[in-house]
Amino acid sequence: MPGKLKVKIVAGRHLPVMDRASDLTDAFVDVKFGNTTFKTDVYPKSLNPQWNSEWFKFEVDDEDLQDEPLQITVLDHDTYSANDAIGKVYIDIDPLLCSEAATVISGWLPIYDTIHGIRGEINVLVKVDFFNDLNRFRQSSCGVKFFCTTSIPRCYRAVMVHGFVEELVVNEDPEYQWIDRIRTPRASNEARQRLIFLMSGELQRKIGLKVLEMGGNAVVGYLQCFDLEGESGLVVRAIGTACTLEKISTLTSASATHPSNSSPSKDMKDSPQAAPSTLGCRSTHSSPVHSASGRLSQGFSVSVPTLLFAGMGSGGSAGKEAGPLKALLRQQTQSALEQREYPFFTLTSFPPGFLLHVGGVVSARSVKLLDRIHNPDEPETRDAWWEEIRQEIKSHAKALGCHAVLGYSESTSICEEVCILSASGTAAILGSRFVQDGPLDTDYRFEEVAPPGCGFCHIPYDELNIPFPAQLTYCYYCRRFKVPDVLFTTIDLPTEANVTGKGCLIQARLCRTKKKAQGEGNATAISNLLPFLEYELHTQLMNKLKLRGMNSLFGLRIQISVGETMLLGLASATGVYLTALPSPGRIQIAGKTPSDITYEQHISNMQKKINDTIAKNKELYEVNPPEVVEEMIGSPIPEPRQRSRLLRSHSESSDEVTELDLSHGKKDAFVLEIDDTDAVEDIHALLTDSPMPPGFYSCNTEIMPGIQNWTSAIQMFTSVRVFRLNNANLTNQGLNKIFSDLCENLLKSLYFKLRSMIPCCLCHLNFTVAVPEDELIQVAVTAVAMSFYKDQTLENGRQSGDKTLIKAITENDEQLQFNLELNAESSSSNPLSSTKGLSDVSGSHPSARAPPVDYSSFADRCSSWIEQLRLKAHTIRRGSVKTTSSLEKASPLPEGRSRSLQSNRSYSGSSVTVVKMTPLSFIPGAKITKYLGIINMFFIRETSSLREEGGVSGFLHTFIAEVFAMVRAHVAALGGNALVSYSMKECVFMENPNKNQAQSLINVSGDAVIFVRESELEATSVQPQSAATRETSNGGDGT
Amino acid sequence: MSVELDVFVGNTTIMDKEVFQLWLNGYTVSDAVKVRIEGGIMEECEANAEVLLSDTMDQYRTFQMCERLLHHPAKLSNQLLFQIPPDRQAMLIERYYAFDDAFVREVLGKKLSKGTKKDLDDVSAKTGIMLKSCRRQFDNFKRVFKVVEELKGPLVENIQQHFLLPDQLGRDYAAIVFFASNRFETGKKKLQYLTFQDFAFCAGQLINHWTVGAVDNMMDDMDVDLDKEFLQDLKDLKILITDKDLLDQHKSLVCTALRGKTNVFNEMEANFKNLSRSLVNIAAKLINAKDVRDFFIDLVEKFIEPCRSDRWTSIDVNLYLTHYTNSAHILDTFKHHGVWTRYMGVIKSCILRIYH
Repeated sequence: MPGKLKVKIVAGRHLPVMDRASDLTDAFVDVKFGNTTFKTDVYPKSLNPQWNSEWFKFEVDDEDLQDEPLQITVLDHDTYSANDAIGKVYIDIDPLLCSEAATVISGWLPIYDTIHGIRGEINVLVKVDFFNDLNRFRQSSCGVKFFCTTSIPRCYRAVMVHGFVEELVVNEDPEYQWIDRIRTPRASNEARQRLIFLMSGELQRKIGLKVLEMGGNAVVGYLQCFDLEGESGLVVRAIGTACTLEKISTLTSASATHPSNSSPSKDMKDSPQAAPSTLGCRSTHSSPVHSASGRLSQGFSVSVPTLLFAGMGSGGSAGKEAGPLKALLRQQTQSALEQREYPFFTLTSFPPGFLLHVGGVVSARSVKLLDRIHNPDEPETRDAWWEEIRQEIKSHAKALGCHAVLGYSESTSICEEVCILSASGTAAILGSRFVQDGPLDTDYRFEEVAPPGCGFCHIPYDELNIPFPAQLTYCYYCRRFKVPDVLFTTIDLPTEANVTGKGCLIQARLCRTKKKAQGEGNATAISNLLPFLEYELHTQLMNKLKLRGMNSLFGLRIQISVGETMLLGLASATGVYLTALPSPGRIQIAGKTPSDITYEQHISNMQKKINDTIAKNKELYEVNPPEVVEEMIGSPIPEPRQRSRLLRSHSESSDEVTELDLSHGKKDAFVLEIDDTDAVEDIHALLTDSPMPPGFYSCNTEIMPGIQNWTSAIQMFTSVRVFRLNNANLTNQGLNKIFSDLCENLLKSLYFKLRSMIPCCLCHLNFTVAVPEDELIQVAVTAVAMSFYKDQTLENGRQSGDKTLIKAITENDEQLQFNLELNAESSSSNPLSSTKGLSDVSGSHPSARAPPVDYSSFADRCSSWIEQLRLKAHTIRRGSVKTTSSLEKASPLPEGRSRSLQSNRSYSGSSVTVVKMTPLSFIPGAKITKYLGIINMFFIRETSSLREEGGVSGFLHTFIAEVFAMVRAHVAALGGNALVSYSMKECVFMENPNKNQAQSLINVSGDAVIFVRESELEATSVQPQSAATRETSNGGDGT
Repeated sequence: MSVELDVFVGNTTIMDKEVFQLWLNGYTVSDAVKVRIEGGIMEECEANAEVLLSDTMDQYRTFQMCERLLHHPAKLSNQLLFQIPPDRQAMLIERYYAFDDAFVREVLGKKLSKGTKKDLDDVSAKTGIMLKSCRRQFDNFKRVFKVVEELKGPLVENIQQHFLLPDQLGRDYAAIVFFASNRFETGKKKLQYLTFQDFAFCAGQLINHWTVGAVDNMMDDMDVDLDKEFLQDLKDLKILITDKDLLDQHKSLVCTALRGKTNVFNEMEANFKNLSRSLVNIAAKLINAKDVRDFFIDLVEKFIEPCRSDRWTSIDVNLYLTHYTNSAHILDTFKHHGVWTRYMGVIKSCILRIYH
């Protein structure tokens, strides 16, 4: 019995009327943990009962503590009939198991019923006592900290980054059990909610065990997902990055607010980042397990963010040890990494020196047929599926000459029995000095010499050895190393990156029809469509990137969603102009038969329109790169990487692999031929993206390049739209337009809604698409709108309409065009430069271009497409070649980021703690002083009176508001005042209007934190102790 | 092709003041969109009609979800469903409980019953205020009335405390509750010229001086009812008109004081006995609930109209009432000074307010 859980039920309020006769309620509370139940007395005839119960004590194993949620049920006592349940509260007590997190859960929590929603609130107190401090980690993994944040959490520094951890548990879905036919919807929903709580607890514990095995004490970038596979079961899976974190000692951090380190106000990424980067101070890590209290007492100074790799395998569930891959070029770094089963990292931003080069985006997809899970205790099939995918990713990365994958994520899309598994990440080379095994001499050519602002852009590979038809140029920043012309990555923009102008959200949207089919035929049809879908998404991305005059994408996320009659593809990324990379070429339009004058007129009109848009965009995003003299290097291509596989779960053999190369040979100018229906579509897609209203910016990454001076005003929101296609016979183009308009209109609505926050940036815009039914398209968006100060540092008056600026831009433009022509010439002389590239041929030689796509015969078309896809694949990966110098200076960005504070509205009058929520890992103008634990909640809501609840919109609106309310309440009960790295990972909505019914499932997660406004921090920093421990700016208890 | 579902939920609930007002005024979504388009918001924000429709529907839905809480404003501050900054909460409450003067004039003094509510469509037609808005306002009156009816202590404070209303609005509601519970007649044609604020002022005077709470707010009685003892005592004032000597004496005192100070002295002198009789009769009858209802109509018919037909200015009225009140104290046989002061103080300020 290593733990004692203590629960006290204090009071209730706003309870619903359960007794019609008296208009009152006789409420009592059932407190359940595991198999033990306690009851409070009945508090008769009140809607605001004061139970003030004794302490209910549960003596339990710590394993149960981790797995089980505390379940509190509020009931109405009925003398003659069965007691009616009012609602339930599930409390995850995991945060209490780690002494660095919360110590008590105390506050008003909403009482939730799956049929009626929130029905009043209950005030509870929950504590955990450990009997035995020494052995408590034996069976369980109590004490391992979990973070959703995909960077090293502020107020911690990474001692070591161990690597990838994953786990997966499966179960039968209670919704599909036979018993579901005889039980009430409420009972079924509650069984489901409880099961998922249990499964996530178990998953977290298992992951924790792996982390302990690896010698870590925390999981960063923890990503947990549910796959509702329907009949075949319920899968809960999670991935994360095991780390050894060390709390920046409270004393130091409090006193160190004035020196630039450790103050998140000046450093948005990680606290260690701004610390002076001296080499050689590597903390050794001996004991794999720490009691958290012990760690706190260690008075580490904020010296160096030393990162060490534990050289052990991830201990994956299969226990498979991948044989060390003998690479020729990468030495110890690589071998250390490659000893690992999967050298993957779910982080998206890194401490300095961690990342050296980026090889580009790697992704793998696989279509599977779902099969009933026969034995929930051995989820081998699912494990095997993911293993395949991961192996593929790993080999992609290897083929790119990289030994690690960063910004790694996994996702699924399920329709009936077909499931698409996807994984993507950014292939990269990590700094060798962070490898744990032995002191290694760093033999990277670029290391130590490349300036930090551009080093990561330099190609990592030897351009002579890799057959790669990329256009390499000398870095526009340092002029010493080669860089590619375009970078695509899934990670965040490194803070030290040199960026010209601002960034913006770039989306490619695609909708493709598909015939209704069953089983294997369906799976085959889907996997045949996938490569085309991906290819077109990339073409769109590339075009849109060029239209904005930018040359790199960060945070790339491609979502493919499958429905019965269509496939949806949505790619989102943040476009950025990296100073180190060459300026993108123009987009040129050409007609196939330049015979008649009106036709040419038409073409030139379109061309003009495109040129105007580019010019306008350059002005809008302040993309006015310094002019440079250009040199060209014909360059090699790496081998094809992008694969799309069809592997049926039962047939092992289907190893026919479609290798796709999505590279466009040359990037300097795109030629869109308008005879070509696809090109028409492309142009259409390019030009229909309506510009953002003035004062708005958007991105899908953590930080917006070019904006630093945030105010403290933030507004997190979720918006969901479902669109019904009444018209059954839609062409691909028609569908595309509908889908694109849907997204555009949604964005427009958001801009309008948030107009009061101008000037503002929508950060971390996260779109999720789904095809919930045959003719329905669902789009859900979660983002945070953040205001910034218009007229401060770094903002060169776009609004001022500075004529000279515009002039400068156009001049630059001309300059660049000239340069590009040079580029083009040299590249066209390169035999490898793809003349097959769909529509990309140098602007200066339109006649030399090969016909983009030959539609004459289907076979030809397919083969040429695949060819092109193959080419494209390179781009994607090559897209993001990065080099990071190990000798990083503090980046210029964080320093310029002195945000002045805007006194926030005082909420003092309210009795409810204000809880901020944001999908970002930081809160502008504030310092996170404590992480209280992970919030991971799953709710189901169902109604059989849909019309009465305001129809589908009313129903979902209420539900989302309720979920937010419950999240806020739990954060407040932990003593926190904000939830960072918030995400809504699942938002399933199903309706049956004929039966007046609807059901919805939502899964949300994030990190509960305490933050302190910088202004308050300064005021209290005189007394460091109190500053560190006492400050909960809004008062933690919600009573 | 249609948007089947469209929701926007912010961590901090976004509420547009303008749309809230349209909602309160009872506009339908499509009418509200029209009004917004006419307001030029599309040009201002580069929006289109679709965006406006979506936004308006969303806002309306939010307001409907909030309405339940607005019925018990105290709940709004400790509910968890919507995160609304306190200043926003105050705005919502204030606007939700605000009412149209035109509407309140129609129902002022009426019983806040289902019957009255049924007639609201007539009120709506007459005032041009949308029925939905009329219903909200009526329900607000009724809700406040019901809550406050049974409470002890000062009326205005009770209202402010329970409904978190700003000072002025709290007073107005006190007037509405006071009028509703005493059923004062305000709808007669002759009273049409009076505004709600006129009545609210009078209600304030009555609440402050003629109710039980006015003399002793420690009493466990309420501000809603007039002080029965006082009303009983008012009967004693009859002596001023029944005793011929006293009446003559009073008249001469008043006339002496007024002579030369006004242009309508002759009319004052000629009407003195009539006016004095009117005022004292009103006082004496107040013990009957039915006559309390006619209080304002009596004041207008029996005092204000005669004065007005003689073209008294309000300065004249003030002068007259001042001397009329003060002179009574000099009368040697008149003993009821306390009651007289309490009565005439209110009468004087009420008359001065409604004499226009």
